[in-house]
Amino acid sequence: MGGPRVVRRGQLRPRERTPNIMLKKIQKSVTQSQVWKSIFRVGIPTDNRKRALAMLGNVVLHLHPIKVKKSGLRMSYTWCMGGTAFFLFLVETITGLLLMFYYRPTVEYAYFDMVDLREAAAFGIMRELHRWGAHLMVIAVWLHMFRVFMTGSYKPPREFNWNVGVVLLVLTLLLSFTGYLLPWDQLAIWAITVGSNMARATPFVGTEGPGSALLQLGGTKLIHVGSDARFALIAGRTIGGGTLIRFYVLHCVGIPFVAAFLIAVHFWRVRKDGGISGPV
Amino acid sequence: MDAIKDLINYLSYPKWSFTLSLVVFFVLLWSKRLWTRSGGLIMFVVSVLAFCLSLLDPNFRSVVAKPDNVPIVMMVFLVGYFLWLALYKAHRNDELIERGEPTFEKSEVEDKIFTWPDLVFIEFICMILLMIGLVIWSIVLQAPLEEPANPSVAPNPSKAPWYFLGLQEMLVYFDPWMAGVVLPGLIIVGLMAIPYIDTNPKGNGYYTFKERKTEISLFLFGFLVLWCQMIVIGTFLRGPNWNFFGPFEFWDTEKIEPLVNVDLSEIIWIKVLGVGLPSHWFFREIFGIVLLSLYLLVLPVVLSKTRGFKRYYGKMGPSRFYIGVSLFLVMMLLPIKMYFRWALNLKYFIHIQEFFFNV
Ligand code: HEM
Repeated sequence: MGGPRVVRRGQLRPRERTPNIMLKKIQKSVTQSQVWKSIFRVGIPTDNRKRALAMLGNVVLHLHPIKVKKSGLRMSYTWCMGGTAFFLFLVETITGLLLMFYYRPTVEYAYFDMVDLREAAAFGIMRELHRWGAHLMVIAVWLHMFRVFMTGSYKPPREFNWNVGVVLLVLTLLLSFTGYLLPWDQLAIWAITVGSNMARATPFVGTEGPGSALLQLGGTKLIHVGSDARFALIAGRTIGGGTLIRFYVLHCVGIPFVAAFLIAVHFWRVRKDGGISGPV
Repeated sequence: MDAIKDLINYLSYPKWSFTLSLVVFFVLLWSKRLWTRSGGLIMFVVSVLAFCLSLLDPNFRSVVAKPDNVPIVMMVFLVGYFLWLALYKAHRNDELIERGEPTFEKSEVEDKIFTWPDLVFIEFICMILLMIGLVIWSIVLQAPLEEPANPSVAPNPSKAPWYFLGLQEMLVYFDPWMAGVVLPGLIIVGLMAIPYIDTNPKGNGYYTFKERKTEISLFLFGFLVLWCQMIVIGTFLRGPNWNFFGPFEFWDTEKIEPLVNVDLSEIIWIKVLGVGLPSHWFFREIFGIVLLSLYLLVLPVVLSKTRGFKRYYGKMGPSRFYIGVSLFLVMMLLPIKMYFRWALNLKYFIHIQEFFFNV
């Protein structure tokens, strides 16, 4: 980017009034308008001061520091996997929101809303984007953890952020798991059946878990099929309408909120722990 | 061709393929030549070629091309690529360290670059490429939608979502309270404990293998050999009734595998000692209880005094050492139980059905 080129009228022959120059004029009048300037205070940065201001003045960009280590900038160092996981989280949020317009979490409607989404909805790939994006996000989070391990970035001072990350990993899996039920097809309910049957075997709080028989009060068992961990998870003795609404609320509201909060903490700590790790 | 397929089917049975994977894993760790550009290229070409050849087989194709299985194929290749990348960079750095030169990262760490435009543009381009990839994927491959949910008709096999199939595969060897609750819980606890157990100050912020051999080997063993491999087995190689099927085998619903598993108590009291099972559970299971206590409670103490491990005990101190070793031993319960199953048809070390306490 050079400085703005001054075009004086008399110097141009008609042949040179190319679209290019017209474009420049339009660009100039747009970027110097009051509206534009009110939004983008700095404009395209041309010097270091403006490069810094560009990062500070923008709420999204100011997640970043003004300068970064060259070693941490390299794709071959970070694999861009944390960023990919975050980007996919955003994709999931947006496509998920669009899906919510069509989807009703009840036993009567859920499946047929899926069929409609497939057959009638405009932009019929929202469900695909959401599903493949979710699979990809799980993979991206694993690879991100793998990278963080291989660069030893969990070592001091980043121990805590590694732990925030582990919780995010669990939340990512739970998001995926709760979402898996929502299409309400055979794949969905049986996958969740297999998954949630495990809860029955939780030590002490599952009916078939070791130690649950010990929890008695005056001879009555406290833990039975109507009160154990599996019952709490699927809101009933079998997977049904209650499970659907429970998973729906967790999937669309509960877990995303917690995850978004923890991602904020995670990013804050990346900065506070001294930016992307590098050798000292 | 069929003979080769049969051989591969046979070798892919867990008792062979798991053993094979252990061998491959140690070769991978010791090898230096694989972690070069040419080594990587060869591994890539060979694996892509093997994959494409396998696609010619209809049985292989029908499993791999299930829409929900496509991401797992992708994961296998991505994990492979990034494993190569990490170890490639680690070995290059190790060479630099050996020559007394600063690591690749070290030589650049002082160099501070403006975030605008360098980082912002990288992120922008990554986002666009990812989005394009995702849109193409979504157009080409429709998200699966099967028959409406029907609680009275269970599909065979019924599988959990793919990222939990490693846990479902563990159900072959452990009861649900172990495979579904205790072991996953300990995976999370173990991951969280890593930064506090690992006291090695080296290898912080750069790739290296030499300076962190133990840590990297343990982590890769858990991540690749146990977690990823079990997912691959559970996804691609487990068919109706959770029976095992080789990659080129037809998923036959009628396939019957005899269930001949016996408990440790039965092996010892009946087969070895020739007396019947004692009626009280404690005496019946005494051997399993002793064995497991020795393994989980006594072995860590013994290890702290053995030659190879004493070094770590000194460096880490007692609490880190015992927590770390215990987590490691619990992880190793899985392969140990697998080999007991294959060698002796062992069902449980301890089988106290009275309390649902089966290990
Ligand atoms: C939803 C999941 C997650 C998101 C969106 C996320 C995002 C990010 C981002 C954008 C970074 C900056 C560097 C990079 O891109 O590599 C980062 C760094 C980091 N992440 Fe995550 N992460 C997630 C999960 C995890 C997990 C599962 C772990 C570990 C178990 C983890 C541990 C860390 C650590 C220790 C750093 C600092 C790395 C360094 O300074 O080199 N994160 N994360």
